[in-house]
Amino acid sequence: MLNNIFTDNNIAWLDGKGTESDIVLSSRIRLARNFKDLPFPNRASSVQLADAKNRLLSVLDDISAFTKNNYMCLDMDKLTDLQKRVLVEKHFISRNFIKHVESRALIISADSNISIMANEDDHLRIQCMKSGLDLSEPLEIAFQADDCIEKTYDIAFDDNMGYLTACPTNLGTGLRASVLLHLPGLAATNQISKIVNISPQLGLAVRGLYGNNALGNLFQISNQLSLGFSEKELIENLSRAVQEIVSHEHEARRALMAYAEDKVCDQAWRALGILKYARSLSDRELLSLASNVRIGIDEKVITGINAEVFNRLIVAGHTNYLTNLQEKENMSQREIDKKRADITREIIADSSSDKEVISHE
Amino acid sequence: MLCDNCKKNDACIHITQINGNNKIDRYLCEECAAKYGDFIMQEQSENQSEFFSVNDFLSGIFHNSSQHDTKKTNANEPSAGEEEYTCPSCGMTYMDFTRSGKIGCSTCYSTFKTRLEPLLRRIHGSSKHTGKIPHRAGKTLNIQQELSLLRKQIETYVNNEEYEKAAQVRDCIRRLEKEIKPE
Repeated sequence: MLNNIFTDNNIAWLDGKGTESDIVLSSRIRLARNFKDLPFPNRASSVQLADAKNRLLSVLDDISAFTKNNYMCLDMDKLTDLQKRVLVEKHFISRNFIKHVESRALIISADSNISIMANEDDHLRIQCMKSGLDLSEPLEIAFQADDCIEKTYDIAFDDNMGYLTACPTNLGTGLRASVLLHLPGLAATNQISKIVNISPQLGLAVRGLYGNNALGNLFQISNQLSLGFSEKELIENLSRAVQEIVSHEHEARRALMAYAEDKVCDQAWRALGILKYARSLSDRELLSLASNVRIGIDEKVITGINAEVFNRLIVAGHTNYLTNLQEKENMSQREIDKKRADITREIIADSSSDKEVISHE
Repeated sequence: MLCDNCKKNDACIHITQINGNNKIDRYLCEECAAKYGDFIMQEQSENQSEFFSVNDFLSGIFHNSSQHDTKKTNANEPSAGEEEYTCPSCGMTYMDFTRSGKIGCSTCYSTFKTRLEPLLRRIHGSSKHTGKIPHRAGKTLNIQQELSLLRKQIETYVNNEEYEKAAQVRDCIRRLEKEIKPE
């Protein structure tokens, strides 16, 4: 599966399964850790950076055994810029991570649910992902990986400040938990701002996945505080807030279906029609149409198509992913839009249970 | 003339954007002009991440508080200069710090402790770490956490009048307390 990490459009932790999967796409845990006796990556020499990476590699067998997973190491200096950007688009690594290549590496499990970035802002960034709403299992796995590392090496830690990190905002638990949500109902009823406004009071931050315009009605919500609460409290707080948002989203969708069923229905089918037959699609258009199709599937307006088609379209719609697929640098916008439409048609045909109906329509 | 954005195709469209007192002229090719709306937003978000990243924001706070602090420390201790604030472990100076907003190594936290404290209070409140503890680096802390848990347990046992269980927990607490004391 990992062989196709650059070309696949299904990601295990984005497979449309799990709790509340009609609204929650995925859950993610990130732990920031540093070795005690090495300067943080921004101040470390080449030797020290290599040392940090090698320490991680030296405990990899242990991590493998504990988390019952096989791992692969991707050295950033051996990947092309395009490949790195694909990994960023797929949220395996951060934008920040590809600014430097020296001793930067991504350790990733065979099922792609567990990954560790070596020498991002901190020596280690342990990430665990899962489809749907479930933060406790990824947290447990992240702890297992963390335990394996600290068994062998001293980790930078202070009794009062907790885990020490390069950026003071991560101090304490070093934990950032985030959840990816699809909220077309709240967006259509103009209620997103309510959630955005109330979240800081709960110690949470809500932002659109693709910047502030919230393309595809995708939102990410994460904890802001990392010190003063236990990891469990932090993820419980986040989960509870997400459940609250999910129930509001359900309510908004019910209201939409009660007052504007015709419109929802028309938009969903219209969107599916365009996705099925378009010969050129921009990323914005794809995301907003895919969102309309997904709400149609969720509300049983559209049947015969798997809900996960939305998730795959999100992955496949990205410019770098498409460029990499074509194996051609410097594709023009027109070529990319055409390729995007081609892939979209393929994915939709592939996810339709009733293939004949579609070809005859 | 080439397009201002892609610098590949010929520019055939001229856009003038007036934003308050700022006037921006752009010469774009057809393709880039079609995306113009997209990249106004793109630029804005890019600028934002560049000008308002967390680290920049933090370094801003560092800077203000550092000026404030220098006055104070200088008044008390005239000899206190920049060199005092160089981390012995990674060589980071306080100036580096105010510029990047990133901390250099684990020792920096104690080197710059007095200066960091007000900032950390601003980010996190006056909180103490209560989460996971590494076994090697935080042995006594581990025991302390366990102790506070046991003390809570003993209370519930006493309230429920389960005195035998409470006595067991009490013995356990005593054993743990002994373990921390010699250190």
